[in-house]
Amino acid sequence: MKNILICLLGWVDDRFPLTKLWNEHLAKYYAPRNFNFWYFFGSLALLVLVMQLLTGIWLTMHYKPDAERAFASVEYIMRDVDWGWLIRYLHSTGASAFFVVVYLHMFRGLVYGSFKQPRELIWLFGMLIYMLLMAEAFMGYLLPWGQMSFWGAQVIISLFGALPFGIGEALSLWIRGDYVVSDATLNRFFSLHVIALPLVLVGLVAAHVMALHEVGSNNPDGVEIKKVKGSDGIPKDGIPFHPYYTVKDIMGVVAFLFFFAFVVFFVPEMGGWFLEHANFVPANPLKTPEHIAPVWYFTPFYAILRAIPDKLLGVMAMGGSIGCLFLLPWIDRHPVKSIRYRSPLFFWLITVFILCFVILGYLGTQPATMVFTETGFRLAELYFTFFLILAIYSREDRGAGAYISWFVVLAGALVVIDFLRFDPVKSSLIMGSALLPLAYLAVFLLGPAFTRLNESRPVPERVVWK
Amino acid sequence: MSDKEVDLRRRRFLTSSVSVVGGVGAAFVAVPFVASWQPSERAKAIGAPVEVEFGKLEKGQMLRVKWRGKPVWVLRRGAETLSALEKQAELLRDPDSEVAAQQPGYAQNAHRSIQPEILVLVGICTHLGCSPQYVKSSDPHALGDDWPGGFFCPCHGSTFDLAGRVYKSVPAPTNLVVPPHSFLSDTRIVIGVDQGAA
Repeated sequence: MKNILICLLGWVDDRFPLTKLWNEHLAKYYAPRNFNFWYFFGSLALLVLVMQLLTGIWLTMHYKPDAERAFASVEYIMRDVDWGWLIRYLHSTGASAFFVVVYLHMFRGLVYGSFKQPRELIWLFGMLIYMLLMAEAFMGYLLPWGQMSFWGAQVIISLFGALPFGIGEALSLWIRGDYVVSDATLNRFFSLHVIALPLVLVGLVAAHVMALHEVGSNNPDGVEIKKVKGSDGIPKDGIPFHPYYTVKDIMGVVAFLFFFAFVVFFVPEMGGWFLEHANFVPANPLKTPEHIAPVWYFTPFYAILRAIPDKLLGVMAMGGSIGCLFLLPWIDRHPVKSIRYRSPLFFWLITVFILCFVILGYLGTQPATMVFTETGFRLAELYFTFFLILAIYSREDRGAGAYISWFVVLAGALVVIDFLRFDPVKSSLIMGSALLPLAYLAVFLLGPAFTRLNESRPVPERVVWK
Repeated sequence: MSDKEVDLRRRRFLTSSVSVVGGVGAAFVAVPFVASWQPSERAKAIGAPVEVEFGKLEKGQMLRVKWRGKPVWVLRRGAETLSALEKQAELLRDPDSEVAAQQPGYAQNAHRSIQPEILVLVGICTHLGCSPQYVKSSDPHALGDDWPGGFFCPCHGSTFDLAGRVYKSVPAPTNLVVPPHSFLSDTRIVIGVDQGAA
């Protein structure tokens, strides 16, 4: 029996590089031996992708992409199709889980410098996957044809309308295929959601993994393991991905599924965070719900959009907030990759950035009151300043004078912006909240000028493994 | 097969011409795919004018109807509201309705309507397309004590006065749109047909 199988494998290998692929990507792909908790999320993202494809195919078997019948067909899936509720909840929870996993995956890349040379393309492919995922989630959210589906789509498509010279209006009309979000919009979003975007997504994931396996994985120490190889040509700090990391990742899958199943079975709507309450009301083109907000994974960018009281500038800021992430490999050019060996100020810079992102995310779910909008504006300022400071921190040999001049320039820019947007109605609010970006600039630009808090530590030759 | 040496210049020329011709062909093939996303003939044809009977509307009351899939509001304003409209010009971005695309010529006046009392608006925020709420000064609201009544967009906080004119320092760039409309009688209007177009 065993002989037959070996013969069969040989027969296949003569015709298709099966063993070669297996070795290149698993059995003889050497990954650093010091992967930690944060390295679970790549393989988990792959797991969720497969789950979304599978449950999506099954949902398509019962769903009707028709404005008259879509809402009812989702209810039909929930009530009348055997196990339909489970498949639908797996899919809707999977969407949020995808973003949880991807955000943690991106965070890992950010703190360990995994986007840096020579891994810029891995980061770019990853960012494209992230953008596509947002498009996929947005289009999928229209399909149940509830109130949030309808008005969310109306708002997001109107974003394109902000483009000047009449291009915007023509573009949003073209995307909708009608003068309002309608059956035409629903039908094409369905087509894109189930065919076009998943195809491209799978292709990009393949490119992401191929680029990774070409240059090799980074690790929590930010050390290139390929620099120190044994006499057999294998990195001394590398271990074969299979079986070591396949087994470790299965452990991660078990833990993930534990949490995932808990949500699916006990809190599938997650109190309105995964499936918003207003979406249990069929779409009504005459009435916007009292309070509308996107699903949680869009809200940080949405809060930036709302914080700027100008349509075109708001849309540009929102686009820019994602664009900055794309450019990260060319913004943060500091030679030390991992946060472990970078300066204390860098640690706090990242911490404040993550806090900003989370609080912006919260603000994006709340009504647009004056205080919240102003807070959002300040946090948006910090969000963008973060990237500037990353760029300034890229070199450590700057003198105190350089940091002080940057401080003066940026603080001056802040004052000018506040002067331009000054509104007597909220003068005290503007002046009070200006302390936040000023303090931020003082800590992160005057800190390096007057203290030694921005000095990196020496990076070891080989990975540290306890 | 000839034994002559390969003429690289000729090969490059042929390669680039074939690429250009192929590219032009691909661009032409893309046209039907791109154009099929435009509103269909059926979508363009739907959009018949809508007649609205508003005789029962009291002062301060508003009717909502659907025209071309969009909400359209018909609001009867009292004399006090109309006189209050003039007092807040400096708070507004475009108090004199100078952006011509936002209303037909016959509604480009102080009250943005044909008959001063009857305001007709497309109920879609000019920011990102939500439908604003009609908030009277007497309604419970969080828009400040001196809110004179108007429209508030729950999505991004844009505010408009009772002529649909946008306030300053809100995200919406322009006034709400006044659709083409005309009076059939004292209590009946038709939305979608210009005044005087018969």
